[in-house]
Amino acid sequence: MSTPFPTISIIASTEARRIFVSPLAWAVLAVMQLIFGFVFINMLVDYARNASMSGQFMGVADYIGGGLYGFATIILLLVMPLLTMRMFSEERKSGTLTLLLSSPASLIEIVLGKFFGLFAFMLATIALLGLMPLTLLSGTHLDVGRIAAGLLGLLLMMMAFGAAGLFVSTLTKEPTIAAVGGFGLLLAVWLIQIVGNQPVPFAAFFSYLSLIGHFESLRRGIFNSADVIYYLLFTTFFLWLAVLRLDMERN
Amino acid sequence: MDNVTLIEARDLSRRYGANTAVSGLNLTLRKGEILGLLGPNGAGKSTTLKMLAGCLAPSSGSVLINGIDIAENPKAAKAHLGYLPEQPPVYPELTVNEYLHYAAGLHGVPAIERFAAVKRAKESCGLSDVAERLIGNLSKGYQQRVGIAQAIIHQPNVVILDEPTVGLDPNQIREIRALIATLGQQHSVILSSHILPEIQAVCGRVMIINKGRAVYNEAVDQQLRISSIILGLKRTPDLAALKNIVGITQVQTLPSGLLRLSIAADADPREALADAAASNHWGLFELRAEGKTLEEVFVELTSGEITVHESPEKSLKEAA
Repeated sequence: MSTPFPTISIIASTEARRIFVSPLAWAVLAVMQLIFGFVFINMLVDYARNASMSGQFMGVADYIGGGLYGFATIILLLVMPLLTMRMFSEERKSGTLTLLLSSPASLIEIVLGKFFGLFAFMLATIALLGLMPLTLLSGTHLDVGRIAAGLLGLLLMMMAFGAAGLFVSTLTKEPTIAAVGGFGLLLAVWLIQIVGNQPVPFAAFFSYLSLIGHFESLRRGIFNSADVIYYLLFTTFFLWLAVLRLDMERN
Repeated sequence: MDNVTLIEARDLSRRYGANTAVSGLNLTLRKGEILGLLGPNGAGKSTTLKMLAGCLAPSSGSVLINGIDIAENPKAAKAHLGYLPEQPPVYPELTVNEYLHYAAGLHGVPAIERFAAVKRAKESCGLSDVAERLIGNLSKGYQQRVGIAQAIIHQPNVVILDEPTVGLDPNQIREIRALIATLGQQHSVILSSHILPEIQAVCGRVMIINKGRAVYNEAVDQQLRISSIILGLKRTPDLAALKNIVGITQVQTLPSGLLRLSIAADADPREALADAAASNHWGLFELRAEGKTLEEVFVELTSGEITVHESPEKSLKEAA
């Protein structure tokens, strides 16, 4: 019998392949890159014009890297549900989910396989977002640590988005509904921050739950293990929900 | 033939809310058998197969695959299974090779044996020529074959095929049937269909399901058992004399002048009849057996509400 690892990697590599043979992933990457490029140039020009004002308080990595990655979270919030929507709902619609369900792969292996397949796309996005500020290395002293912290934050954020989207995708048969639902769920978790800012009971708790707050420090280059654990827990929680949901369907 | 029981389903039931799709179904499949699951639309064939394949948990009852309970140890049980659902579970964006390599890995074929497994499955399903093409660009018949190749790639003991020939043209149907017959030599096969000649052509045993219950479960040659004899005599003797021949229960004169002799179960008085006709100079000119066709059995069991509702107990025992 196979150990859990080979099965997960087989599913993951095929998922990754299916993501990258579909035009959707390339279209999404292209559009994202266009937008990020535009924002990046804009910030670069802005920074150059106000160079005298920045000085020692605001480094180039902070201004451009931080700004770009802060903006990227919003784009990724819109984009990730588009990629996760197909993962289970389309398989269910076309009947291919049966291939996985009737194979000896367990539900945990199936969900993790899908998730790590999606991970390949996340890494591609991170690579594109990382290379942009790194082009500045030739002309300036860049705080690579800050950029790296920002990228780590983005990766963690995408993992959380991906897991939540994957879960919503197990709920329905229609990819579009999965996309809308995933987007709604992410936005709701995002906006809990607003509740946290209001004078309501447990305000601190709500703002702690929000996806934004934990990204802020990483974006500023502060590596706090509590933030990392928050994202990992968030991801695990939704992947676990996806497994539960698939098991419910079998019964 | 080995007498190993590969699938044993006991008292299988499945409810969807208030609807009962399958109730109290018993099924066994022995090694080397091809079992045909026959039934009208909505009889519960697909639900039964899904439960056997472990894609759907039964509301009650149990499924043993090669002696392993599929609910308790799904990983080990499913390793013995290959399943083709109604819709072939193929990814249109992958090539046949990519897809089959994936299916082989998913079914636990070790990496070093995967290439050989894919090659073997392609050969037995006639896919070698289209191996590098995208599945989405293949015809429905070829996609169906890819689906079958996926089900046999890990050489499972049991292959479950849900309506494997639906939507194919007559030539493709013949090819798929030939393929199933070949499969039956090495694997045990369960296939569902609502096409009677198909079951007759490929299956060794047939089970008819109606309204979620097994109403008939016999070997295919069994239903071709003689139910009556048509006899043509130039000089018809006293009908009582015919009745004296062992095995004949009733004699009826047909409008054409021929006689229809009803016979007792498992009796075959044809030889005795010929002997009697010769020695008594009855002038025998026609003697043939009338069998019940599968179609007659099917219509009898699935069209009348009576058959099913009045004797569920009896049909259950037959099924067991």
